[in-house]
Amino acid sequence: MIRLAGGRILDPASGRDEIGDVLIDDGRLVERLAPNGEAVIDVSGFVVAPGFVDLHCHLREPGFEDAETIATGTRAAAAGGFTTVCALADTRPSTDTGSDVEALLTQALRDAVVRVLPLGTTTKQRAGQELSEMADMAAAGAVAFSDDGRAIRSASLMRHALEYSLLVERPISSHAQDADLAEGGVMHEGPLATVLGLKGIPREAEEIAVARDLALARLTGGRLHLAHLSTAGAVDQVRRAKAAGVRVTAEVAPHHLVLSEVAITDRPYDTNARTDPPLRSIDDARALLEGVRDGTIDCIASDHSPRRWVDKACEFDQALPGISGLETTFGLLMRLVHSRTLSLAELIGALTHRPADAWNLPYGTLAPGAPADVVVLDPDQAWVVDPERFLSKGKNTPLGGQALRGTVLLTVAQGRIAYRNGL
Amino acid sequence: MPELGQKKLLGADDIRRAVARLAHEVVERNQGVESVVLVGLRTRGLPLARRLQQRILEFEGVEVPLGELDITLYRDDVHQRAPRPLSPTSIPVDISDKTVVLVDDVLYTGRTIRAALDALIDLGRPRSIQFVCLIDRGHRELPIRPDYVGKNVPTSRHEKVAVRLEEIDGIDEVALIAPVEATL
Amino acid sequence: MTLEVLSRPSLAQARQLQPARRQRRHVLDLDDFSVAEIEAVLETAGAMQDVLQRPIKKVPTLRGKTLITVFYEASTRTRVGFEVAAKALGADTVSVAASTSSVTKGESLIDTIRTLQALGADFVVMRHHQAGAPYVVAEEVGPVTSVINAGDGWHAHPSQALLDLFTIRERLGRISGLRVAIIGDVLHSRVARSNLWGLTLMGANVVLCGPPPFLPAAGFCDGLPWNLERTYRLDEALDGADVIMLLRMQLERQTGGMFPSLREYVRTYGLTEERLARAKPGAVVMHPGPMNEGVEIDPRVARGPQSAIEDQVRNGVAVRMAMLYLLSGLPA
Repeated sequence: MIRLAGGRILDPASGRDEIGDVLIDDGRLVERLAPNGEAVIDVSGFVVAPGFVDLHCHLREPGFEDAETIATGTRAAAAGGFTTVCALADTRPSTDTGSDVEALLTQALRDAVVRVLPLGTTTKQRAGQELSEMADMAAAGAVAFSDDGRAIRSASLMRHALEYSLLVERPISSHAQDADLAEGGVMHEGPLATVLGLKGIPREAEEIAVARDLALARLTGGRLHLAHLSTAGAVDQVRRAKAAGVRVTAEVAPHHLVLSEVAITDRPYDTNARTDPPLRSIDDARALLEGVRDGTIDCIASDHSPRRWVDKACEFDQALPGISGLETTFGLLMRLVHSRTLSLAELIGALTHRPADAWNLPYGTLAPGAPADVVVLDPDQAWVVDPERFLSKGKNTPLGGQALRGTVLLTVAQGRIAYRNGL
Repeated sequence: MPELGQKKLLGADDIRRAVARLAHEVVERNQGVESVVLVGLRTRGLPLARRLQQRILEFEGVEVPLGELDITLYRDDVHQRAPRPLSPTSIPVDISDKTVVLVDDVLYTGRTIRAALDALIDLGRPRSIQFVCLIDRGHRELPIRPDYVGKNVPTSRHEKVAVRLEEIDGIDEVALIAPVEATL
Repeated sequence: MTLEVLSRPSLAQARQLQPARRQRRHVLDLDDFSVAEIEAVLETAGAMQDVLQRPIKKVPTLRGKTLITVFYEASTRTRVGFEVAAKALGADTVSVAASTSSVTKGESLIDTIRTLQALGADFVVMRHHQAGAPYVVAEEVGPVTSVINAGDGWHAHPSQALLDLFTIRERLGRISGLRVAIIGDVLHSRVARSNLWGLTLMGANVVLCGPPPFLPAAGFCDGLPWNLERTYRLDEALDGADVIMLLRMQLERQTGGMFPSLREYVRTYGLTEERLARAKPGAVVMHPGPMNEGVEIDPRVARGPQSAIEDQVRNGVAVRMAMLYLLSGLPA
């Protein structure tokens, strides 16, 4: 039994914003505790929010344990305030069948400190040729399907996948990028790429793919989820599609909201700033933020992509894309709150009930009876990012050495303390 | 369209007596009814056959097996008209080695009986086949002759003999229908 | 002649215009049959069953007529069913397989059929991979020759639907008011389509069930004037079903990207004894054949007491005899 006493309870799901105690018993949030026996943690002056829900997280296990494992990745998640992470299927072997899903869940039971929800692949081995056994995987516990890292090239196969989503009642998450237009590109196509002499990926690579996927979603009535949007054009399309009743949800990564392509130049040719899709212009970032605020973009998802040192310590076009982002998500996004372009409640909403609602997951709220997934935040505490101190194996971040304001003090996952820092 | 006039040929009593006589003739000719099977044709042959069965039961004390035969599939004019609906064919005993007595209301060209003979032979190998008709109106087109006749009625081709039976038409009578010449 | 079912403003009205009396020349699909006509086929088939139970399974009704089967796609049940039916009615039969005919030399469909007509065909029974092919042929060779569609692409298979209706009535005593679930790749099935027209016309309530790529879009079902349900869930379709019609899950089709694997299909849509228990007791299980035992149907169900699959095959002869008989008269 735990009592988190005296904090500012901020639960956008229910609209609660008040000082009070949060009571935890036997893994759930309760309204009353039996007298005596509870551990009291004084959280006055801090914010108590629902644990964050991440729809897009690469845990790399099985197959790439050098880069991350379920154990290290979930510890990083807890340090970042996340109590639920959805694990992408681009492992080795990829999560193609019900037994792959079961194996992952079994391992998570052993190793994970927060809740892990598996995604399955949309096509077998993400090869874009044949649909995976999604019904089997859904029955085993997969919450969505994605070939992430790869786009599905064939429109007819994507169509069938969306039709299939009607049967399995799970979203098909799309890495919406035209593979041919993006071929060989390593950063956003524009003047900076020209100056740096690097091949760019035009916005149109995303816009064309988004248009195709939205049209197919409209055709089939299927459930489409657009992963890590990076362009203003995509936001506009999603806005119109939602108004027309298309069943689409969308996510954006923290780095696309706060950073721009300029991050590549903070250190010359910083491969840590190479992402897929790439960091784009400030106008794109602004449009993405507007999308989050008006509901066009449903939520923020970390797209945590840990990499081995050797995959980043090389030439820019050889480096694998990705930012190890779980532990800096909150601090980075707080820049928007501190610059008053986003409210704290909006931010927390975009990390809690809105991702949960997008995929019909019963998390992201502090309602009584809900699982005790709680995070205690200090929105003002300053700190300097030191990748070597990350709990994640992935130290690849462009934010090394930068000052952030906003920390996670305590993370409770299903009633157990998964991370504690200073409280 | 010329007016049709009707002339009553037989009334209910006449029919009753004819049926009684025919029943006796069948029994007499076959020296009993041991291996006889009555088979009624098409619509009105069946109730007539049933009446014969009934009379034979009354005076011989034996119930002769009774069947019905539909000859539509054996007709020789199948392709000259729209397909007719089929009636059941069901004979409760094996007809091989039996004396089959076919029963029909009117014998005219003989084509119906010809079809009935073909149908019966496809159903088994009767020892012999006999034929009862209530009315023989002449104008045979095939060498067919009845074994038992209720009444001979000479007719011309544009006349029609209408047999009406209680079981189907609500009344027992036989009428001759002929067009009446209009007087100017 | 009816080509575009969906473009007709009122399917229901169009069907009522067909009185049973008018002599039918061709059987191309069930969508232009009236209730009276279907009743006539079913009743006549009953009488034909009697013929098939006699020691001599033959009547001389179509003696001197010639029936030629032209099959561009493989078949056992349908082709042999028509041949046996024709022979039982005393007709002569000739069978042409496209693979061994001049089609391989490039002879067109029309020329092939015209040749057959010139060689004396009174009835042509054809199966073709292209929807609508029999309509083109019927235009060319009718009214002299009767054309019977034994399956044209995804479009129609009227004799199958008629024998299915006959089997249902034989087993359950009626058709009207029954709940009939058609399960499988409905969108690409001519059996499903023809059955759909036949069943709804005779007053049954139809549920279409299958994976999303294999069902017609929701809008299709909304636009039609009958009681038509549509679901992706097998259990929903089976609930309270009187008749379960399974469609063959075509192995070729699942590699076309629409479905991940047969194993997944079996788990989601395979009819096992356990799932069958959700239907009404005594519900009838049907399949047009050939079956993929272990895929869409469990072998125990296929051979079990509720299976009418063999009845269907047997009834196919009587029903086809009835069809030929009813086509054999002259226009009234």
